[in-house]
Amino acid sequence: MARERAKTSVIGGRHRKGDSVLKATGQALYADDIQLPRMLHAKILRSPHPHARIRGIDFSAALAHPGVVAVLEGRELPTRYGIIPWTEDEQALAEDKARYVGDEVAAVAAVDELTADEALALIRVDYEPLPALLSVDEAAARPDVKIHEGAKHGNVSKRVDLAFGDVEGELARSAVVVDERFYYEGSTHAPIEPHCALAQVDGDGNLTVWSSTQIPHYLHRALAKVLGLPEKKIRVIQPFLGGAFGGKSDPFALEFCVAKLALKTGRPVKILYTREEVFYAHRGRHPMRMRYRVGTDPDGRLTAVDAKIDIDGGAYSSFGLVTAYYAGQLLTGPYRFPTYHFDSTRFFTNKPCCGPKRGHGSVQPRFAFEVALDMAAEKLGLDPIEIRRRNFIGEDVTTVNGQRIGSNGFLACLDAVERASGWKERYAQLPPGKGLGVAGSMYISGTAYPIYPNEMPQTGVQVKLDRSGRVTVFSGASDIGQGSNSVPAWILAEELGCAPEDVVAVVSDTDLTPVDLGAYSSRVTFMLGLACIEAGRRLRAQLDAAVAEAWKIPAANVEAALGTYREVGSARTLSFVEAVRLAEAKFGTLGATGSYRTQKLGGDYRGGTIGASPAYSFTAHVAEVDVDRETGIITVGKLWIAHDCGRALNPCLVEGQMEGSAYMGYAEALFEAQEYDHRGLHRGPSLLDYRIPTTLDTPDMKSLIVESIEPGGPYGAKEAGEGPLHPSIPAISNAVWRACGIRLTELPFTPARVLRLLREKEARERKLAATA
Amino acid sequence: MARPKRQIVALTVNGEAIEIAVRPHETLLEALRYGLRLTGSKQGCDKGDCGACTVRLDGVPVLSCITLAVEAAGRSVTTLEGLSHGPTLDPVQAAFDACGALQCGFCQSGMMLSARALLDHNPKPSLREIKEALSGNLCRCTGYTKILEAVQVAAGLCQPGEGPVDELHRG
Ligand code: FES
Ligand code: FES
Repeated sequence: MARERAKTSVIGGRHRKGDSVLKATGQALYADDIQLPRMLHAKILRSPHPHARIRGIDFSAALAHPGVVAVLEGRELPTRYGIIPWTEDEQALAEDKARYVGDEVAAVAAVDELTADEALALIRVDYEPLPALLSVDEAAARPDVKIHEGAKHGNVSKRVDLAFGDVEGELARSAVVVDERFYYEGSTHAPIEPHCALAQVDGDGNLTVWSSTQIPHYLHRALAKVLGLPEKKIRVIQPFLGGAFGGKSDPFALEFCVAKLALKTGRPVKILYTREEVFYAHRGRHPMRMRYRVGTDPDGRLTAVDAKIDIDGGAYSSFGLVTAYYAGQLLTGPYRFPTYHFDSTRFFTNKPCCGPKRGHGSVQPRFAFEVALDMAAEKLGLDPIEIRRRNFIGEDVTTVNGQRIGSNGFLACLDAVERASGWKERYAQLPPGKGLGVAGSMYISGTAYPIYPNEMPQTGVQVKLDRSGRVTVFSGASDIGQGSNSVPAWILAEELGCAPEDVVAVVSDTDLTPVDLGAYSSRVTFMLGLACIEAGRRLRAQLDAAVAEAWKIPAANVEAALGTYREVGSARTLSFVEAVRLAEAKFGTLGATGSYRTQKLGGDYRGGTIGASPAYSFTAHVAEVDVDRETGIITVGKLWIAHDCGRALNPCLVEGQMEGSAYMGYAEALFEAQEYDHRGLHRGPSLLDYRIPTTLDTPDMKSLIVESIEPGGPYGAKEAGEGPLHPSIPAISNAVWRACGIRLTELPFTPARVLRLLREKEARERKLAATA
Repeated sequence: MARPKRQIVALTVNGEAIEIAVRPHETLLEALRYGLRLTGSKQGCDKGDCGACTVRLDGVPVLSCITLAVEAAGRSVTTLEGLSHGPTLDPVQAAFDACGALQCGFCQSGMMLSARALLDHNPKPSLREIKEALSGNLCRCTGYTKILEAVQVAAGLCQPGEGPVDELHRG
């Protein structure tokens, strides 16, 4: 299925990232590494109540504390904001009421962090506690206790109910129907870098904010709106970022607080969240309670899929409107659904707000569906890989909900994991307690539409080159570790015929770089890549024309790679820098722009554009597990990960994304739970209690890259940063079934849960034996 | 509130003998990052859980966020900034770079110092030994695969792109 590939000199190579040596030596500056003269440190006071009216705040003792320079309260920043323009329900500091334990209520700026901390203890807040709704069921049962007065129905944040075809009729006619309930516990991103922001104001009132954000552009807009300043008076700089995974893709209280406190005091102000605050800032994976009904014909071909999903959103909207759609919209590949219905409802609860974590909205339904599909295979006596092959949706097709799929390497992914895991020889042969499991998935490569409606590009680059031979690319994209600072260098080197080292990137600074919408929805490489190709080709035309003129040959006879220009079929060569000089002499100062905007996509119905993407990636995993029946401990011996990324622009980085994703899925499956007690307190807001896997806990992983060459992607590339997370979880659950005959339908797969299911199974078997 | 007075602490940092003035409650991490501006050492949790702040104290990897600065008196501290040999990268740094082990990079200061400490005592470690030596350093980006490979590359056990090689069950 691989389409023909063009010959490349840089693309496809395992190049080092241009900025990784800065990270290796400690020269890379992250937000908290920046210190400015006269800088103040601020701290945020947070609500101890899950739901409480704020009657008043007394700052007098705090203000009298030596070293305190300024305080801040909600009414000074009254404008509401939110990442989605239709659901702006957040305020930098709560004014009327606090909606979760940890909700931001006031801030203090002082000469140092310790003084600010001491001052927090001196602030008196008069709270009137309100009934706290700590679960979806409580939120649904108490529409009278409204967490958001503005919500149309009780505590419903968003409901989406979409039907495609006659699902009930098809289910009634199906040979096999699996009807199963699933629960996906919430989890959080836990980037190793805590959130940090720093603001400075110059004498003309120009504000600069450095922040550990993955959305500098949306932050720029939100700051302007909330502070009531024109966007041109604000500069947002994203320094090196210590991991994000979706956890830094909302505007956060700290960014507004440092900005406002800098404006109030005229001094630089910094806030660094503690690890505990990061757990409460959250915006992580939504808990979802799901019921799936999956029908197939006698051959295992899907006939109908029906889903009912309750989503626990926490205290605010964040991306929740999109989450409610993604929970259904992203499930319709890599398998063909003849009919489909989903009804998903996101509720507000008095807990930290959920949002987009890697694989936003679709990891939970994918888990449920892939386990249900395995159950159908079991009922039919079909091999789990075979049922997935049989339902393959194909290439160049439209899904039941109107999404356009281009390239699709899913079958090659299944082949790859089948081969590498020795599935055919081992699946049926492994001893009791050991098992193999498979799962597949699909994910978007960017969203077709920006978050706020507009006709402007979703990303752009400016490229400058001059007689030094140095190429400078100005890119607004956010490198969160995935390598978007380096992608332009590889692409421009490919297009311009220079070496990757010749290209330097100036990045994510709203004063210096063109707008890019941010690092979310797996959009960056796809969109930025196409923008770089456009700019590179414009410049290359000038370079070719200048060289052709000097050599008195047609421009079409000029070729270039890795720093050398040559005439096709002759020994004549020029260095890249000489070519640049010829072009600069012929055309004047050299520079070009490139930009990208998705064409119109999506289904022709309300919500049909949500989930529409210019390309879709595909993944298959096989997990090998060993279940200890005494302790209930699951050991994942190995994960084979096959991912169709369209084309690996740099296989080393693609593998890094696949491994990081699969690890994160594995962690959610076995360890992680963002849980709260009856008071709304996080059960363990530390990196010790919230257990993320260490080197010793992480399974061996084998990355198998599949290249389907996406016609619309840069050199055929699609995403690799989120898709490969999805199948880890159902593949492990399916492997556990194979190992010991229990179906894990609730996350995380703790030893206690495994033991309980094993005991229940043994009791069932005993009963059966007794009656037989 | 009255603060305890600063004390003068004499120590060696990255080979240089210096004196610093610190309060008794100040951590070594704070003294390094905010006092000496050696910001290569990172703070991920400030309570001993993540390993991002790992530095070497007389050669031994320690968590500088739960080590008081005064405890370093008369001792020798090595941070990431002191890992390179003049302008030349340490093989550990070069290997982390070459293997694509540095994603966001935030955990890597601690990771590389732990790795260097391991290799100084055990130049050809097994994969299990590498995992044990790095098990106090959490990484959220890489899934550790490329980090393990990088340590093996630094030890001369494999080439970039080949690892990590498990001598027990290959493949
Ligand atoms: S910052 Fe020291 S262990 Fe996390
Ligand atoms: S590289 Fe990001 S935490 Fe390790």
